[in-house]
Amino acid sequence: MSIKHGLLALLDQGPRYGYQLRAEFESRTGSTWPLNVGQVYTTLGRLDRDGLAQPDGEDDEGHVFYRITDAGRRELHAWFDEPVSRADRPRDELAIKLAMAVTVPGVDVVAVVQHQRAHTLRMLQDYTRLKMRAADDDLAWQLVLENLVFQAEAEIRWLDHCEARIARRDLTAPAPAPLPAVSDGAPAVRGGRTRKGRR
Amino acid sequence: MSTPVLELRGLGRTYGKGETRVESLIGIDLTVAAGELLAVMGPSGSGKSTLLMLAGGLDAPTTGQVLVEGTEITGLSRRRQAALRRRSVGYVFQDLNLIPALTAVENAALPLELDGTSVRKARATALAALAEIGIEGLADRFPDEMSGGQQQRVAIARALVGERRLVLADEPTGALDSVTGEAVLRVLRARCDAGAAAVLVTHEARHAAWADRVVFLRDGRLVDDTGRQSEAESLLAKDVRG
Repeated sequence: MSIKHGLLALLDQGPRYGYQLRAEFESRTGSTWPLNVGQVYTTLGRLDRDGLAQPDGEDDEGHVFYRITDAGRRELHAWFDEPVSRADRPRDELAIKLAMAVTVPGVDVVAVVQHQRAHTLRMLQDYTRLKMRAADDDLAWQLVLENLVFQAEAEIRWLDHCEARIARRDLTAPAPAPLPAVSDGAPAVRGGRTRKGRR
Repeated sequence: MSTPVLELRGLGRTYGKGETRVESLIGIDLTVAAGELLAVMGPSGSGKSTLLMLAGGLDAPTTGQVLVEGTEITGLSRRRQAALRRRSVGYVFQDLNLIPALTAVENAALPLELDGTSVRKARATALAALAEIGIEGLADRFPDEMSGGQQQRVAIARALVGERRLVLADEPTGALDSVTGEAVLRVLRARCDAGAAAVLVTHEARHAAWADRVVFLRDGRLVDDTGRQSEAESLLAKDVRG
Protein backbone atom coordinates (compact mmCIF):
# COMPACT_ATOMS: atom_id res chain seq x y z
CA MET A 1 0.00 0.00 0.00
CA SER A 2 1.55 3.24 -1.11
CA ILE A 3 1.11 5.82 1.63
CA LYS A 4 3.71 7.92 -0.14
CA HIS A 5 1.65 8.31 -3.27
CA GLY A 6 -1.57 8.74 -1.34
CA LEU A 7 -0.06 11.69 0.53
CA LEU A 8 1.38 13.16 -2.66
CA ALA A 9 -2.10 13.03 -4.21
CA LEU A 10 -3.49 15.01 -1.28
CA LEU A 11 -0.61 17.51 -1.28
CA ASP A 12 -1.19 18.04 -4.98
CA GLN A 13 -4.41 19.80 -3.99
CA GLY A 14 -2.61 22.31 -1.78
CA PRO A 15 -0.31 22.46 1.29
CA ARG A 16 -1.44 20.42 4.30
CA TYR A 17 -0.15 19.39 7.70
CA GLY A 18 0.17 15.92 9.23
CA TYR A 19 -3.14 15.49 11.05
CA GLN A 20 -5.00 16.94 8.10
CA LEU A 21 -3.35 14.45 5.76
CA ARG A 22 -4.24 11.54 7.99
CA ALA A 23 -7.87 12.59 8.28
CA GLU A 24 -8.26 13.16 4.54
CA PHE A 25 -6.54 9.93 3.62
CA GLU A 26 -8.90 7.97 5.85
CA SER A 27 -12.00 9.74 4.65
CA ARG A 28 -11.11 9.10 0.99
CA THR A 29 -10.58 5.40 1.57
CA GLY A 30 -13.36 5.02 4.13
CA SER A 31 -10.89 4.07 6.85
CA THR A 32 -10.08 0.88 4.99
CA TRP A 33 -6.40 1.57 5.53
CA PRO A 34 -6.06 3.30 8.88
CA LEU A 35 -2.93 5.39 9.27
CA ASN A 36 -1.36 6.55 12.47
CA VAL A 37 0.02 10.03 12.55
CA GLY A 38 3.52 8.67 13.13
CA GLN A 39 3.40 6.93 9.72
CA VAL A 40 2.31 10.20 8.18
CA TYR A 41 5.24 12.14 9.65
CA THR A 42 7.76 9.43 8.76
CA THR A 43 6.48 9.47 5.19
CA LEU A 44 6.59 13.27 5.03
CA GLY A 45 10.22 13.10 6.22
CA ARG A 46 11.05 10.72 3.36
CA LEU A 47 9.23 12.84 0.82
CA ASP A 48 11.28 15.84 2.00
CA ARG A 49 14.52 13.84 1.85
CA ASP A 50 13.74 12.68 -1.70
CA GLY A 51 12.81 16.19 -2.84
CA LEU A 52 9.16 15.25 -3.55
CA ALA A 53 7.65 17.58 -0.93
CA GLN A 54 9.00 20.29 1.34
CA PRO A 55 8.02 22.15 4.50
CA ASP A 56 6.00 25.28 3.78
CA GLY A 57 5.80 27.23 7.04
CA GLU A 58 3.70 26.93 10.18
CA ASP A 59 0.35 28.30 11.22
CA ASP A 60 -0.40 30.05 14.51
CA GLU A 61 -0.99 26.73 16.25
CA GLY A 62 2.40 25.37 15.23
CA HIS A 63 1.19 22.96 12.49
CA VAL A 64 3.97 22.43 9.97
CA PHE A 65 2.60 22.58 6.45
CA TYR A 66 4.08 20.64 3.54
CA ARG A 67 3.75 21.34 -0.15
CA ILE A 68 4.43 19.15 -3.16
CA THR A 69 7.45 19.93 -5.40
CA ASP A 70 7.62 19.66 -9.18
CA ALA A 71 9.50 16.38 -8.79
CA GLY A 72 6.71 15.20 -6.46
CA ARG A 73 4.12 16.05 -9.07
CA ARG A 74 6.02 14.10 -11.72
CA GLU A 75 6.26 11.13 -9.33
CA LEU A 76 2.51 11.32 -8.65
CA HIS A 77 1.57 11.35 -12.31
CA ALA A 78 3.94 8.49 -13.03
CA TRP A 79 2.13 6.54 -10.28
CA PHE A 80 -1.26 7.15 -11.84
CA ASP A 81 0.11 6.14 -15.25
CA GLU A 82 1.69 2.87 -14.08
CA PRO A 83 -0.44 -0.24 -13.56
CA VAL A 84 -0.16 -1.74 -10.08
CA SER A 85 1.80 -4.96 -9.95
CA ARG A 86 0.71 -7.60 -7.50
CA ALA A 87 3.88 -9.62 -7.98
CA ASP A 88 5.62 -8.21 -4.96
CA ARG A 89 2.85 -8.79 -2.47
CA PRO A 90 3.42 -11.50 0.11
CA ARG A 91 2.63 -15.01 -1.01
CA ASP A 92 -0.96 -15.91 -0.45
CA GLU A 93 -1.30 -17.89 2.78
CA LEU A 94 -4.47 -19.57 1.60
CA ALA A 95 -2.84 -20.93 -1.57
CA ILE A 96 0.02 -22.29 0.54
CA LYS A 97 -2.42 -23.82 3.01
CA LEU A 98 -4.34 -25.66 0.29
CA ALA A 99 -1.18 -26.77 -1.46
CA MET A 100 -0.11 -28.32 1.82
CA ALA A 101 -3.56 -29.72 2.60
CA VAL A 102 -3.77 -31.72 -0.64
CA THR A 103 -0.40 -33.37 -0.04
CA VAL A 104 -0.44 -34.02 3.71
CA PRO A 105 -2.24 -37.29 4.50
CA GLY A 106 -5.15 -37.15 6.91
CA VAL A 107 -6.20 -33.58 6.17
CA ASP A 108 -9.84 -33.15 5.16
CA VAL A 109 -9.19 -30.81 2.24
CA VAL A 110 -12.85 -30.51 1.34
CA ALA A 111 -13.59 -29.27 4.86
CA VAL A 112 -10.73 -26.77 4.64
CA VAL A 113 -12.18 -25.43 1.38
CA GLN A 114 -15.72 -25.27 2.74
CA HIS A 115 -14.79 -23.48 5.95
CA GLN A 116 -12.75 -20.96 4.04
CA ARG A 117 -15.54 -20.35 1.56
CA ALA A 118 -18.15 -19.79 4.27
CA HIS A 119 -15.75 -17.40 6.00
CA THR A 120 -14.98 -15.46 2.84
CA LEU A 121 -18.66 -15.31 2.02
CA ARG A 122 -19.43 -13.82 5.41
CA MET A 123 -16.82 -11.16 4.72
CA LEU A 124 -18.42 -10.57 1.35
CA GLN A 125 -21.79 -10.15 3.07
CA ASP A 126 -20.25 -7.59 5.40
CA TYR A 127 -18.75 -5.62 2.51
CA THR A 128 -22.12 -5.73 0.76
CA ARG A 129 -23.91 -4.38 3.84
CA LEU A 130 -21.44 -1.53 3.98
CA LYS A 131 -22.15 -0.89 0.31
CA MET A 132 -25.88 -0.72 1.01
CA ARG A 133 -25.21 1.96 3.60
CA ALA A 134 -22.66 3.90 1.57
CA ALA A 135 -23.87 7.30 0.48
CA ASP A 136 -24.78 7.45 -3.22
CA ASP A 137 -22.42 10.37 -3.84
CA ASP A 138 -19.42 8.82 -2.09
CA LEU A 139 -17.94 7.22 -5.19
CA ALA A 140 -14.44 6.90 -3.69
CA TRP A 141 -15.67 4.79 -0.76
CA GLN A 142 -17.92 2.72 -3.01
CA LEU A 143 -15.06 1.89 -5.35
CA VAL A 144 -12.85 0.87 -2.44
CA LEU A 145 -15.60 -1.41 -1.12
CA GLU A 146 -16.18 -2.88 -4.56
CA ASN A 147 -12.49 -3.65 -4.80
CA LEU A 148 -12.86 -5.75 -1.65
CA VAL A 149 -16.08 -7.30 -3.01
CA PHE A 150 -14.47 -8.41 -6.26
CA GLN A 151 -11.39 -9.77 -4.48
CA ALA A 152 -13.54 -11.83 -2.12
CA GLU A 153 -15.61 -13.05 -5.05
CA ALA A 154 -12.48 -14.12 -6.92
CA GLU A 155 -11.32 -16.07 -3.89
CA ILE A 156 -14.67 -17.85 -3.65
CA ARG A 157 -14.59 -18.74 -7.34
CA TRP A 158 -11.12 -20.12 -6.91
CA LEU A 159 -12.29 -22.17 -3.90
CA ASP A 160 -15.21 -23.56 -5.96
CA HIS A 161 -12.68 -24.51 -8.59
CA CYS A 162 -10.46 -26.20 -5.97
CA GLU A 163 -13.44 -28.16 -4.67
CA ALA A 164 -14.27 -29.41 -8.15
CA ARG A 165 -10.64 -30.35 -8.83
CA ILE A 166 -10.38 -32.25 -5.55
CA ALA A 167 -13.67 -34.07 -6.20
CA ARG A 168 -12.41 -35.11 -9.62
CA ARG A 169 -9.11 -36.33 -8.20
CA ASP A 170 -10.93 -38.34 -5.53
CA LEU A 171 -13.03 -40.01 -8.23
CA THR A 172 -10.05 -41.18 -10.21
CA ALA A 173 -7.80 -41.99 -7.24
CA PRO A 174 -9.95 -42.76 -4.18
CA ALA A 175 -6.99 -42.98 -1.80
CA PRO A 176 -5.31 -39.68 -0.96
CA ALA A 177 -2.01 -39.29 -2.73
CA PRO A 178 0.73 -40.67 -0.52
CA LEU A 179 3.81 -38.61 0.20
CA PRO A 180 6.58 -39.42 -2.28
CA ALA A 181 8.85 -42.04 -0.77
CA VAL A 182 12.55 -41.27 -0.79
CA SER A 183 13.97 -44.78 -1.00
CA ASP A 184 11.63 -46.72 -3.24
CA GLY A 185 14.17 -46.69 -6.05
CA ALA A 186 11.81 -45.00 -8.48
CA PRO A 187 12.34 -41.28 -8.05
CA ALA A 188 11.81 -40.49 -11.71
CA VAL A 189 8.33 -41.97 -12.19
CA ARG A 190 6.55 -38.66 -12.42
CA GLY A 191 9.30 -36.80 -14.20
CA GLY A 192 9.97 -39.68 -16.55
CA ARG A 193 6.34 -39.99 -17.53
CA THR A 194 6.14 -36.29 -18.23
CA ARG A 195 9.23 -36.30 -20.34
CA LYS A 196 8.03 -39.31 -22.29
CA GLY A 197 4.71 -37.64 -22.88
CA ARG A 198 6.32 -34.56 -24.28
CA ARG A 199 8.55 -36.35 -26.72
CA MET B 1 -41.92 -16.38 16.80
CA SER B 2 -44.18 -15.98 13.78
CA THR B 3 -44.73 -18.71 11.21
CA PRO B 4 -41.91 -18.88 8.66
CA VAL B 5 -42.94 -17.86 5.15
CA LEU B 6 -41.24 -20.96 3.78
CA GLU B 7 -40.28 -24.13 5.58
CA LEU B 8 -38.66 -27.22 4.09
CA ARG B 9 -38.62 -30.33 6.26
CA GLY B 10 -36.49 -33.34 5.40
CA LEU B 11 -36.98 -32.57 1.74
CA GLY B 12 -35.76 -35.15 -0.78
CA ARG B 13 -36.25 -35.63 -4.51
CA THR B 14 -35.24 -38.70 -6.45
CA TYR B 15 -35.48 -39.06 -10.21
CA GLY B 16 -35.55 -42.38 -12.04
CA LYS B 17 -35.36 -45.90 -10.68
CA GLY B 18 -32.83 -48.68 -10.23
CA GLU B 19 -29.60 -48.13 -12.13
CA THR B 20 -30.55 -44.68 -13.35
CA ARG B 21 -31.83 -43.46 -10.01
CA VAL B 22 -30.52 -40.00 -9.15
CA GLU B 23 -30.93 -38.41 -5.76
CA SER B 24 -31.21 -34.78 -6.63
CA LEU B 25 -31.91 -33.58 -3.09
CA ILE B 26 -31.35 -35.34 0.21
CA GLY B 27 -32.76 -34.37 3.61
CA ILE B 28 -32.98 -30.60 3.21
CA ASP B 29 -34.20 -28.62 6.23
CA LEU B 30 -34.53 -24.88 5.76
CA THR B 31 -36.71 -22.05 6.97
CA VAL B 32 -37.08 -18.58 5.54
CA ALA B 33 -38.72 -15.96 7.73
CA ALA B 34 -40.52 -12.80 6.71
CA GLY B 35 -37.95 -10.12 5.95
CA GLU B 36 -35.30 -12.68 5.11
CA LEU B 37 -33.33 -13.14 1.90
CA LEU B 38 -31.76 -16.58 1.62
CA ALA B 39 -29.21 -17.36 -1.09
CA VAL B 40 -28.54 -20.88 -2.33
CA MET B 41 -25.20 -21.56 -3.98
CA GLY B 42 -23.61 -24.67 -5.39
CA PRO B 43 -22.09 -26.11 -8.54
CA SER B 44 -24.15 -27.17 -11.56
CA GLY B 45 -26.18 -30.24 -10.79
CA SER B 46 -26.02 -29.74 -7.03
CA GLY B 47 -29.81 -29.47 -6.78
CA LYS B 48 -30.26 -25.69 -6.52
CA SER B 49 -32.99 -25.40 -9.12
CA THR B 50 -34.72 -28.57 -7.92
CA LEU B 51 -34.91 -27.01 -4.47
CA LEU B 52 -36.56 -23.92 -5.90
CA MET B 53 -39.07 -25.94 -7.94
CA LEU B 54 -40.05 -27.93 -4.86
CA ALA B 55 -40.30 -24.82 -2.69
CA GLY B 56 -42.68 -23.27 -5.19
CA GLY B 57 -44.81 -26.37 -5.65
CA LEU B 58 -43.78 -26.71 -9.30
CA ASP B 59 -42.49 -30.19 -8.57
CA ALA B 60 -43.37 -32.68 -5.83
CA PRO B 61 -40.83 -34.03 -3.35
CA THR B 62 -40.14 -37.75 -2.99
CA THR B 63 -39.84 -37.33 0.78
CA GLY B 64 -40.42 -34.52 3.24
CA GLN B 65 -42.68 -31.50 3.35
CA VAL B 66 -42.91 -27.97 1.99
CA LEU B 67 -44.84 -25.42 4.05
CA VAL B 68 -45.73 -22.01 2.67
CA GLU B 69 -46.95 -19.65 5.39
CA GLY B 70 -47.71 -22.64 7.56
CA THR B 71 -49.72 -24.56 4.93
CA GLU B 72 -48.31 -27.84 3.74
CA ILE B 73 -48.47 -27.67 -0.03
CA THR B 74 -47.37 -31.23 -0.66
CA GLY B 75 -50.70 -32.68 0.45
CA LEU B 76 -52.93 -30.25 -1.41
CA SER B 77 -54.98 -31.03 -4.50
CA ARG B 78 -53.58 -29.67 -7.74
CA ARG B 79 -56.25 -27.02 -7.86
CA ARG B 80 -55.51 -25.79 -4.32
CA GLN B 81 -51.77 -25.94 -4.99
CA ALA B 82 -52.22 -23.77 -8.04
CA ALA B 83 -54.31 -21.29 -6.05
CA LEU B 84 -51.66 -21.14 -3.32
CA ARG B 85 -48.96 -20.55 -5.92
CA ARG B 86 -50.91 -17.67 -7.41
CA ARG B 87 -51.65 -16.05 -4.06
CA SER B 88 -48.49 -16.67 -2.09
CA VAL B 89 -45.53 -17.36 -4.33
CA GLY B 90 -43.82 -15.30 -7.05
CA TYR B 91 -41.13 -16.49 -9.42
CA VAL B 92 -38.30 -14.69 -11.16
CA PHE B 93 -36.23 -16.60 -13.67
CA GLN B 94 -33.13 -15.72 -15.65
CA ASP B 95 -35.12 -15.03 -18.80
CA LEU B 96 -38.51 -15.64 -20.38
CA ASN B 97 -39.94 -13.77 -17.46
CA LEU B 98 -42.48 -11.46 -18.99
CA ILE B 99 -45.16 -12.17 -21.51
CA PRO B 100 -44.13 -10.23 -24.64
CA ALA B 101 -47.66 -9.29 -25.70
CA LEU B 102 -48.47 -7.63 -22.36
CA THR B 103 -47.24 -4.30 -20.98
CA ALA B 104 -45.33 -4.08 -17.70
CA VAL B 105 -48.44 -3.32 -15.69
CA GLU B 106 -50.44 -6.05 -17.44
CA ASN B 107 -47.68 -8.54 -16.72
CA ALA B 108 -47.65 -7.54 -13.07
CA ALA B 109 -51.46 -7.70 -12.88
CA LEU B 110 -51.68 -11.14 -14.47
CA PRO B 111 -51.43 -13.31 -11.33
CA LEU B 112 -54.24 -11.32 -9.71
CA GLU B 113 -56.47 -11.54 -12.77
CA LEU B 114 -55.86 -15.28 -13.01
CA ASP B 115 -56.97 -15.47 -9.42
CA GLY B 116 -60.25 -13.74 -10.17
CA THR B 117 -59.53 -10.14 -9.20
CA SER B 118 -61.30 -7.60 -11.40
CA VAL B 119 -59.21 -6.09 -14.18
CA ARG B 120 -59.52 -2.60 -12.76
CA LYS B 121 -58.49 -3.61 -9.24
CA ALA B 122 -55.68 -5.86 -10.49
CA ARG B 123 -54.30 -2.99 -12.53
CA ALA B 124 -54.36 -0.61 -9.56
CA THR B 125 -52.61 -3.17 -7.36
CA ALA B 126 -50.04 -3.86 -10.08
CA LEU B 127 -49.34 -0.14 -10.48
CA ALA B 128 -48.75 0.06 -6.73
CA ALA B 129 -46.32 -2.86 -6.97
CA LEU B 130 -44.40 -1.10 -9.76
CA ALA B 131 -44.41 2.15 -7.79
CA GLU B 132 -43.00 0.41 -4.72
CA ILE B 133 -39.83 -0.31 -6.62
CA GLY B 134 -39.79 3.02 -8.41
CA ILE B 135 -40.63 1.89 -11.95
CA GLU B 136 -44.21 3.09 -12.36
CA GLY B 137 -42.93 5.09 -15.35
CA LEU B 138 -42.47 1.81 -17.23
CA ALA B 139 -46.07 0.70 -16.71
CA ASP B 140 -47.19 0.95 -20.33
CA ARG B 141 -44.06 -0.42 -21.95
CA PHE B 142 -43.86 -3.80 -23.58
CA PRO B 143 -40.99 -6.11 -22.62
CA ASP B 144 -39.10 -5.43 -25.87
CA GLU B 145 -39.19 -1.72 -25.04
CA MET B 146 -37.33 -2.26 -21.76
CA SER B 147 -33.74 -3.15 -20.90
CA GLY B 148 -32.95 -6.52 -19.30
CA GLY B 149 -32.56 -4.90 -15.89
CA GLN B 150 -35.90 -3.10 -16.20
CA GLN B 151 -37.62 -6.35 -17.20
CA GLN B 152 -36.20 -8.12 -14.16
CA ARG B 153 -37.47 -5.34 -11.90
CA VAL B 154 -40.93 -5.71 -13.43
CA ALA B 155 -40.65 -9.46 -12.81
CA ILE B 156 -39.89 -8.78 -9.14
CA ALA B 157 -42.86 -6.42 -8.94
CA ARG B 158 -45.07 -9.15 -10.41
CA ALA B 159 -43.62 -11.72 -8.02
CA LEU B 160 -44.65 -9.55 -5.07
CA VAL B 161 -47.89 -8.10 -6.41
CA GLY B 162 -50.79 -7.93 -3.97
CA GLU B 163 -50.50 -10.05 -0.86
CA ARG B 164 -47.71 -12.29 -2.04
CA ARG B 165 -44.77 -12.44 0.31
CA LEU B 166 -42.50 -15.14 -1.12
CA VAL B 167 -40.21 -14.68 -4.12
CA LEU B 168 -38.30 -17.58 -5.61
CA ALA B 169 -35.59 -16.29 -7.91
CA ASP B 170 -33.45 -18.54 -10.13
CA GLU B 171 -30.34 -16.71 -11.39
CA PRO B 172 -32.31 -13.48 -11.87
CA THR B 173 -29.15 -11.54 -12.69
CA GLY B 174 -27.64 -14.16 -14.96
CA ALA B 175 -27.94 -12.22 -18.19
CA LEU B 176 -27.19 -8.77 -16.78
CA ASP B 177 -24.00 -6.74 -16.48
CA SER B 178 -22.59 -6.12 -13.01
CA VAL B 179 -24.10 -2.68 -12.38
CA THR B 180 -27.56 -3.64 -13.69
CA GLY B 181 -27.44 -6.94 -11.81
CA GLU B 182 -26.73 -5.06 -8.64
CA ALA B 183 -29.68 -2.74 -9.20
CA VAL B 184 -31.96 -5.80 -9.43
CA LEU B 185 -30.53 -7.21 -6.21
CA ARG B 186 -31.01 -3.89 -4.45
CA VAL B 187 -34.70 -4.11 -5.33
CA LEU B 188 -34.95 -7.67 -4.06
CA ARG B 189 -33.11 -6.69 -0.88
CA ALA B 190 -35.37 -3.68 -0.35
CA ARG B 191 -38.52 -5.80 -0.78
CA CYS B 192 -37.21 -8.21 1.85
CA ASP B 193 -36.37 -5.35 4.19
CA ALA B 194 -39.99 -4.29 3.72
CA GLY B 195 -41.19 -7.71 4.92
CA ALA B 196 -41.09 -10.13 1.97
CA ALA B 197 -39.17 -13.39 2.03
CA ALA B 198 -36.99 -14.52 -0.85
CA VAL B 199 -34.92 -17.47 -1.95
CA LEU B 200 -32.25 -16.56 -4.47
CA VAL B 201 -30.44 -19.26 -6.42
CA THR B 202 -27.18 -17.98 -7.84
CA HIS B 203 -23.70 -19.15 -8.70
CA GLU B 204 -22.25 -15.68 -8.14
CA ALA B 205 -20.95 -15.05 -4.66
CA ARG B 206 -21.12 -11.31 -5.23
CA HIS B 207 -24.88 -11.60 -5.62
CA ALA B 208 -25.37 -14.15 -2.88
CA ALA B 209 -23.70 -11.69 -0.52
CA TRP B 210 -26.84 -9.52 -0.58
CA ALA B 211 -28.59 -12.27 1.36
CA ASP B 212 -28.94 -12.52 5.13
CA ARG B 213 -27.83 -16.09 4.94
CA VAL B 214 -26.09 -18.20 2.30
CA VAL B 215 -26.30 -21.98 2.11
CA PHE B 216 -24.25 -24.26 -0.13
CA LEU B 217 -25.53 -27.36 -1.86
CA ARG B 218 -23.32 -30.12 -3.11
CA ASP B 219 -24.58 -33.42 -4.54
CA GLY B 220 -28.04 -32.67 -3.21
CA ARG B 221 -27.02 -31.99 0.39
CA LEU B 222 -26.61 -28.81 2.37
CA VAL B 223 -22.92 -28.76 3.13
CA ASP B 224 -22.39 -25.29 4.50
CA ASP B 225 -24.15 -22.28 5.85
CA THR B 226 -22.97 -18.79 6.69
CA GLY B 227 -25.64 -18.64 9.39
CA ARG B 228 -27.93 -15.79 10.24
CA GLN B 229 -26.38 -12.50 11.09
CA SER B 230 -28.16 -9.97 13.19
CA GLU B 231 -25.93 -6.93 12.96
CA ALA B 232 -22.75 -7.45 11.09
CA GLU B 233 -20.37 -4.70 11.95
CA SER B 234 -17.82 -7.42 12.53
CA LEU B 235 -15.76 -6.73 9.50
CA LEU B 236 -15.00 -3.07 9.83
CA ALA B 237 -14.44 -3.50 13.51
CA LYS B 238 -11.94 -6.32 13.07
CA ASP B 239 -10.50 -7.03 9.69
CA VAL B 240 -10.46 -3.69 7.97
CA ARG B 241 -10.19 -1.01 10.57
CA GLY B 242 -7.48 -3.01 12.29
